[in-house]
Amino acid sequence: MNDMLRQIEPLIPALRRYARTLLRDRAGADDLVQDCLERAVNHWSQRRDDNPRAWIFTILHNLAITRLRSSASRPRHIAIDDAQEETFARAPSQEDGLRYRELLEAVARLPEDQKSVLLLATVEGLSYAETAGVLGVPIGTVMSRLSRARERLLKERDGDRGAQPVAQLRRVK
Amino acid sequence: MSGRPITEEDLHGFVDGVLAPDRIVEVQAYLDTHPDAAQRIAGYAGQRSMLRAALAPIAEEPLPPNLDLARMIAQRSRPRSISRRALAAAAVVLLALGIAGGWTLRGPILAPQEGIAAVAQEAADNYAVYAPDKQRPVELRAADRAELVAWTAQRLGRPVAVPDLAASGYRFMGGRIVSTAHGPAALFMYDNDRGTRLVMLARVMQGADQNASMTPHGSGSINGFAWADNGLGYSVVGPAAPDALHPIANDVRRQLSRNI
Repeated sequence: MNDMLRQIEPLIPALRRYARTLLRDRAGADDLVQDCLERAVNHWSQRRDDNPRAWIFTILHNLAITRLRSSASRPRHIAIDDAQEETFARAPSQEDGLRYRELLEAVARLPEDQKSVLLLATVEGLSYAETAGVLGVPIGTVMSRLSRARERLLKERDGDRGAQPVAQLRRVK
Repeated sequence: MSGRPITEEDLHGFVDGVLAPDRIVEVQAYLDTHPDAAQRIAGYAGQRSMLRAALAPIAEEPLPPNLDLARMIAQRSRPRSISRRALAAAAVVLLALGIAGGWTLRGPILAPQEGIAAVAQEAADNYAVYAPDKQRPVELRAADRAELVAWTAQRLGRPVAVPDLAASGYRFMGGRIVSTAHGPAALFMYDNDRGTRLVMLARVMQGADQNASMTPHGSGSINGFAWADNGLGYSVVGPAAPDALHPIANDVRRQLSRNI
């Protein structure tokens, strides 16, 4: 169990970050990480692969998906803005804070499967193969999801900056 | 230059910094001559660093107390942390139960078993030990029947034939010599197609019950029938209802008495 402490403990901050970004609920995310760690403690000796990081992210991801699916049927009545404020309120500067917030909102709007790939591969630094393993999909699927997520975020950013035909039409009306 | 075409995967790998050094050079050369792709890749890279920066503070927060992994591991190795007081209380209750139970049960436990009641108990005990054994339920297998019969005859001082229970659907698996409070006994084991196992125990009777009629014994799911013929005591034990076991025991008795 000492090797477990040595290998898993340094990953806890990253696990919290992944859970919180997926769930957008600070307390719920920490509960999920606690659940994940308890399972990891109980199953440490039974794990088959030799990649503790991919292993523990797989446990967390599966728990998160289960939680998201079950809460989708019982929505919590928290306004998105309030949740976001509580969840991500730590802006280095006014301007950065605004840009970060826009980006995180855009990430939050991504379909769940694209969001997972983007977070695991770019924020958590898992290789594409590890990401595929965590999500249980072929590596080609990881690549196409990553591609779509990035393309969509770029479009949203450009849409925000430049002319926004759809939004303007609404405003005029 | 490897000349391999630059793929979408290469472009993402370039952004995420997972390409081999020589491939990075090739992608860089490609981007130098493809401004559209270069612009897109710059956008991805900006997005990536901004997302990492935006989410970095979460990973820098101090951990909440419920995520203390060292404590979770410690709790796991001591699954139930019972207080000393609870332990003391439990000890008192157990002691009281032990005294009360010992007093109540003093009769049956202290009464020594003799005759075929003892044979029945010994057969049930050996059934409980050997029948569930997956590793080595028998010491000599059915193929070594002759050796087993000779061994039995030598240790018991009396020959014991191996009953054939094929008519009841049970095959002979083999057997061994086991110890009882009344000396060595032969234990023969059988199983059927469903993996249900029966045992037959046989030993020399000492004193009482040189001959005894068949008596049922057992409780619940494990049942048995014990009897004695001509100085040898027998018991057939298995996880079958008395109704199903009784004809098998009768069959065994018939075959053995014929052989004597």
